[in-house]
Amino acid sequence: MEIDTITAIATAPGEAGIGIVRISGKKAIEIVDKIFKGKKIKKLSEIEQRKLTYGYIIDPKTETKVDEVLVVYMKEPYTYTTEDIVEINCHGGIIPVRRILEIVLENGARMAEPGEFTKRAFLNGRIDLAQAEAVMDLISAKTDTSFDVSLNQLEGSLSREVKELRQRLLGMLAHIEASIDFPEHDEEYATYNQLKESGTEIFSNINRLLDTVYTGKILREGLKTVILGKPNVGKSSLLNKILRENRAIVTDVPGTTRDIIEEYVNINGIPLKIIDTAGIRETNDIVEKIGVDKAKELISRADLVITVFDVSENLTKDDMEIIELIKNKKAIILLNKTDLKNMIAKEDIEKYLPDVKIIYTSMITGIGVSVLEDTLKDMFFSGEVKIKDNVIVTNVRHRDQLLKAKENLSDAINAINLELPYDLVEVDLKNCWENLGEITGDTVGENIIDKIFEDFCIGK
Amino acid sequence: MGHSATYHAGNYDVIVVGAGHAGCEAALAPARMGLKTLMLTMSLDSVALMPCNPAIGGTGKGHLVREIDALGGEMGKNTDKSFIQSRMLNTSKGPAVHSLRAQADKKDYSSEMKSVLENEKNVTLKQGEVVDIIIENGKAIAVVTRTGARFNGEAIIVCTGTYLKGKIYIGEVNYFGGPNGLEPSMYLTEHLEEQGFEFRRFKTGTPARIHEDSVNYSKMEIQPGDDEIVPFSFLNDRLEKKQVPCYLTYTTLETHKIIMDNLDRSPLYAGQMESTGPRYCPSIEDKVVRFSDKNKHQIFIEPEGLGTKEMYVQGMSTSLPAEIQLKMYRTMIGLENVEIMREAYAIEYDCIDPTRLKRSLEYKDVENLFFAGQVNGSSGYEEAAAQGIVAGINAVLKIKGENSLILDRSQAYIGVLIDDLVTKGTNEPYRMMTSRAEYRLTLRQDNADLRLTEIGYKVGLASEERYQKMLSKKAAIESELTRLSDIKITPTEKANNILHRLGSSPMKKPVTLYDLIKRPELSYDDIAEIDNNRPELNKEVRIQVNTQIKYEGYIKKQMKQIDQFKKLEGKKLSKDIDYSKIKGLRLEARQKLNKLKPESVGQASRISGVSPSDINVLLVYLEQQRRIADRSENID
Repeated sequence: MEIDTITAIATAPGEAGIGIVRISGKKAIEIVDKIFKGKKIKKLSEIEQRKLTYGYIIDPKTETKVDEVLVVYMKEPYTYTTEDIVEINCHGGIIPVRRILEIVLENGARMAEPGEFTKRAFLNGRIDLAQAEAVMDLISAKTDTSFDVSLNQLEGSLSREVKELRQRLLGMLAHIEASIDFPEHDEEYATYNQLKESGTEIFSNINRLLDTVYTGKILREGLKTVILGKPNVGKSSLLNKILRENRAIVTDVPGTTRDIIEEYVNINGIPLKIIDTAGIRETNDIVEKIGVDKAKELISRADLVITVFDVSENLTKDDMEIIELIKNKKAIILLNKTDLKNMIAKEDIEKYLPDVKIIYTSMITGIGVSVLEDTLKDMFFSGEVKIKDNVIVTNVRHRDQLLKAKENLSDAINAINLELPYDLVEVDLKNCWENLGEITGDTVGENIIDKIFEDFCIGK
Repeated sequence: MGHSATYHAGNYDVIVVGAGHAGCEAALAPARMGLKTLMLTMSLDSVALMPCNPAIGGTGKGHLVREIDALGGEMGKNTDKSFIQSRMLNTSKGPAVHSLRAQADKKDYSSEMKSVLENEKNVTLKQGEVVDIIIENGKAIAVVTRTGARFNGEAIIVCTGTYLKGKIYIGEVNYFGGPNGLEPSMYLTEHLEEQGFEFRRFKTGTPARIHEDSVNYSKMEIQPGDDEIVPFSFLNDRLEKKQVPCYLTYTTLETHKIIMDNLDRSPLYAGQMESTGPRYCPSIEDKVVRFSDKNKHQIFIEPEGLGTKEMYVQGMSTSLPAEIQLKMYRTMIGLENVEIMREAYAIEYDCIDPTRLKRSLEYKDVENLFFAGQVNGSSGYEEAAAQGIVAGINAVLKIKGENSLILDRSQAYIGVLIDDLVTKGTNEPYRMMTSRAEYRLTLRQDNADLRLTEIGYKVGLASEERYQKMLSKKAAIESELTRLSDIKITPTEKANNILHRLGSSPMKKPVTLYDLIKRPELSYDDIAEIDNNRPELNKEVRIQVNTQIKYEGYIKKQMKQIDQFKKLEGKKLSKDIDYSKIKGLRLEARQKLNKLKPESVGQASRISGVSPSDINVLLVYLEQQRRIADRSENID
């Protein structure tokens, strides 16, 4: 039997009118009792199981109402996981679901790993033996998806900053470990004062990151869109038009390549995250600027590709390559420059891409821009394109780890202030370093020891 | 060289190849557990030889020695007999990392150990070079010596150290040779390779030995031993001994210049040696090249023994030519007129890939064949001895058909050492460091007996005396802890004055002695004045009580992590699992798992390339197999 209590969002994000946060484990009911204020009841045990009850989720720290909800609990062993399960039905949409998930985490649950509910159901005998293979597949498939998601997000500056903080923590750890393992060397190891200084600085950085997890430029949710086309087909005009009219927020995305920026724009209520390469403006060519492999990678991660062709010229070899790249992708094709002569017809494209939406546009006259916006709207609300990134979950996961990192670092600083022995300081510091590693996906390895030998001249 | 002309020379339960630090423990353990043990060494003059530094212990390594001792091994006792200086390192850094280190009289160390072996009734000590191991039907059954003797054994433990095809490098000069001017073992590798074993080359090095009378100590800083000696062995309560000092000196810019000018004559830099050396034991060339901004490097002059004038120059290991060695040694402070007695050298040798071993140190593909020590890619006397005792115990358990003794990472540094070697492998000679232990706070050198003596006793190695001693220490600790949490001190003026004097805040209401000790500024010994009816306890017990109280919060946290860790360690994986057939596993994980065949899910989780989701898949797989097994039982 697993000991800890897990939680996850059980509904697809942002689509439905209702969002469900599910909690499973020994402490499920206890946790919800802490954060749920029923209209008629104080504790879930006052009502029958499997009956919905109405009330509010409150944040116990501030005593403020978060959302009105319907809650139901199910006692073990007759549940999906065979553990106690509570489901909180709240308003759909990103904010309430996210906030409730956070509060559940803050009150003692742990974020479920991909496929973990099902894994528990199987391990606890709830799922038939015949399904074992399917369970294993599910775990790896879900992990792959979430891995993609976190990779996607790691282009953001969050990753860069977290990596920097980890690097500094690693430096502190190396000092401590080197002074412990090589006490007789005349290296200048960190003093309590220096540790305190670095620790406090990292602490305020973690706080700053926590403040910006949602509000800042770091992790916005949106339909991940790539604009593609050979040079001079009008990509930059398109971009400028959309962005200017819709007040875009431009964010640098270092971390991977300095050439990529993200532009957030809301068109008719649809959040778009346009993955732009600085190249679109400068060299006007994504592929030339960042290379074919990188472009392919960007395209494969995109929720939507907008491809621009110049109708005043015949399709070239480059165009054909682009067509090849977007096969099997959700795409909109713009036949641009209709104000000039028309050398390409819809049919020329449909030959290769039968299911794609094709729009005639002119960025000079403005023809087609509103059609593009309507098409986007249709595709989004019909569910044809979806925000693949489960950003909410990754966001909450990151926040959870940042909070844990903060707590551990605060313990470490406390130990430093009391001048407790280094081996105690190290414990909390290392935990903090590992919490941050959960965000960037860096696992523990020989890191600290490598760092010691890199930084210090030690050994007999 | 064939071995057609072999003759039958005897039958033994356990045969140990090599009499270094691994070999000694590997032979003594089975002998003391009642099995007839043969020990073969290339030279009876080099039993328990210390070919490099004349010290036992140090950070991490000191922990290993205490653990070996707690299990019933010899290294700690032998060090207590032969040391000439003793120090507890890291005393300012918290009890978990206190580390004992002793300078040993090398000759004494060696002869004391030899005498222990000679007097152990179940050990037969013989000189002889093993050139082949006979393997039949996947089982090791005998060894053959160079002179044709064939000894049959139920289990064989290979502890060949750095002897296998050892090659010495001193500048442009190189030749096959063992450590310290001894002969190398030139035939065993090939015969094992013929039987499918794979070897790789590691290297290590040692500095020159110099004549004491040629050293000007007045220019150096003296480093005496501790006033109060803490013995290595838990069996020894107090030791009194006259100690000799070590000395600290430095290289100079002139030293560095000579090194840089002659770098092309170093076989390492000239590219003649390609094997991997240890990062924690860099040659002076390495240090000067890699840390070029340092104007000086510290060098320790350590005595090799009382009966010799040879001194060890710690920090000056090098493979530069002999003439350059002398030149550069003479540029160091206080060594202006130094005479070198033995030249520094680098040595290259054959070792196996330790991931081919089980955690019992038995070779995965050959039953009853164990490996221990530097041949497994470790470095250091203590690391070798730690593997030796585990291999020795497990050889016996294997012969008796009992479960292997596996110390896990939460139980002992020995567990960390072996798990690292067999699970992660190593790219350089592996040295123990306290930072390698995840559960460092609980794996202290002061509680090695509490952690391990019972285990050593149950397998039949630790003596009754040792076991009883540990039990009474444990009882004393527990009753004192209970007493301290029962007694409340009332906030009298007198008590508060004492607290004030100790820099602690006054009590407002009654506080238990336990809680007072918990205050960061106080300790068990500090508050003796307030504690009127304190029983007379020995130092070991007082240390335990103090540490357990002061570290309580941290230790509790660590115990929780250990619980989690143990859960995965407890999920056993059969070596017959074909991981390529488990669909949910990623390709890399399948390959790695098939290659390493971990013994538990916990061990699998430490293999690089096996991800948390792979571990989840394995857990589901195990449950699947369990249910299939259940079902077929029901049908039967």
